Amino acid sequence: MTLDNVNLPDAEALFNDLKAQMAPAIAFDAKLVGVYSGGAWLADRLKAELDGEHEVGYIDVSFYRDDLSTSGLKSNVRSTQIPFSVQGAHIVIVDDVLFTGRSIRAAVNTLFDYGRPASVQLAVLVDRGGRELPIAADYVGAPLMVSRDLMLALSKDDAGKFALTTEPWIQR
Amino acid sequence: MLSKKNLQLNDNGDLHHLLAIEGLPKRIIERILDTAESFVGINEREVKVVPLLRGKSIFNIFFENSTRTRTTFEIAAKRLSADVVSLDVARSSTNKGETILDTIANLTAMHADMFVVRHAESGAPYLIAQHAAPHVHVVNAGDGRHEHPTQGLLDVFTIRKYKKDFTRLTVAIVGDVLHSRVARSQIHALTTLGVPEVRVIGPRTLLPADIERLGVRVFTSLEEGLKGVDVVTMLRLQNERMTGALLPSASEYFSRYGLTPQKLALAKPDAIVLHPGPMNRGVEIDSAVADGKQSVILPQVTYGIAVRMAVMAILSGSTR
Repeated sequence: MTLDNVNLPDAEALFNDLKAQMAPAIAFDAKLVGVYSGGAWLADRLKAELDGEHEVGYIDVSFYRDDLSTSGLKSNVRSTQIPFSVQGAHIVIVDDVLFTGRSIRAAVNTLFDYGRPASVQLAVLVDRGGRELPIAADYVGAPLMVSRDLMLALSKDDAGKFALTTEPWIQR
Repeated sequence: MLSKKNLQLNDNGDLHHLLAIEGLPKRIIERILDTAESFVGINEREVKVVPLLRGKSIFNIFFENSTRTRTTFEIAAKRLSADVVSLDVARSSTNKGETILDTIANLTAMHADMFVVRHAESGAPYLIAQHAAPHVHVVNAGDGRHEHPTQGLLDVFTIRKYKKDFTRLTVAIVGDVLHSRVARSQIHALTTLGVPEVRVIGPRTLLPADIERLGVRVFTSLEEGLKGVDVVTMLRLQNERMTGALLPSASEYFSRYGLTPQKLALAKPDAIVLHPGPMNRGVEIDSAVADGKQSVILPQVTYGIAVRMAVMAILSGSTR
């Protein structure tokens, strides 16, 4: 099965759904931690559009992944930035696509090296199934079935508009 | 001898061993610097460890003594969660007659994943890399008068931190270039990154005869050479490598080539001063400069850990 970009759901509509689920549920001062790169854009937009005082951080999970010996180190590693105290904070990890759960496992481990949060939740734009770990999202824009051969990711145009795109999975 | 360039890169063009800066493509150097940038943040956290190299065994094999370099490699490996073992081979088996390759074969049998090698002979890390098992990575931590690539990388990383753009810089390297593997690595790194003018300054007896071939300008007067430079790298006067009478005396050397505040004033006002350490205060550098506002000598040490973490992480991700 292949799915071209025309058939993909509108990412802006998914974002609004996700935001509507989070607005009544998350703590007034919940911190939003985006996983690079799609999750970081989403976290920024959520901070701008949600009520409350939500500080934002960013995580690059490259140094916490479990596939270094098979996939190598990503060539454009970004700096993890957690500009607030994690200790005792309510944190929502934000990512674009939830798939195997390995990135989220790595993101949670990263977070715990900064302190002991009071709680950690997960918000994702798309849940594409295929979990390899016991991980589930608390807030989901929409579930979406996509062939395992395709990589699904969020993109952002110059005007800041979100779109979902697929491309063939690149094996190193 | 195999081509140095091919030995360092795998078939995909990824870095597999780090043996020298010479012959490394710009994209590889920039990737190391960019990755190191992310490790700087890790080193500033309370928990200064990431699990990236968990289960990997890194052996520091120092056939020549060096407490500082060995320690920074150890710290870098530990912060990546690798198991690290440091062997002071200078005092062990080789003295009992074991060859380098037998030492390496024994350590490989202990399931080593990476060797960090220092040796008094130029080229020793190449010999090891040529005979290493395909999954094993080799890092040159200084070989003879040849290269000290991680030092060259941390030097350019430090320069980039303070000066941002390499393509507008004039950099001076001062002192005992003849015996300095640090100078050679730094020159190659600077020219590859597009620094338009690299100067070497020193007495003719301490400059290699054909140094101009590396694309540098040669000055024998410190005052002339420092005019208008953005970066000054002071080299250590390597007493232990000095065979024969290349110099009259340390005090005379200081009066002609020692960096004092008066001489540093000839460089640009915002020039920075680097030194690979350990310093000989009062021989190549005045304490007022070493401890002064323009000195970035201690930041070099801090960044050195991040750069070595980046090298180890990138190498470990390469397969052959």
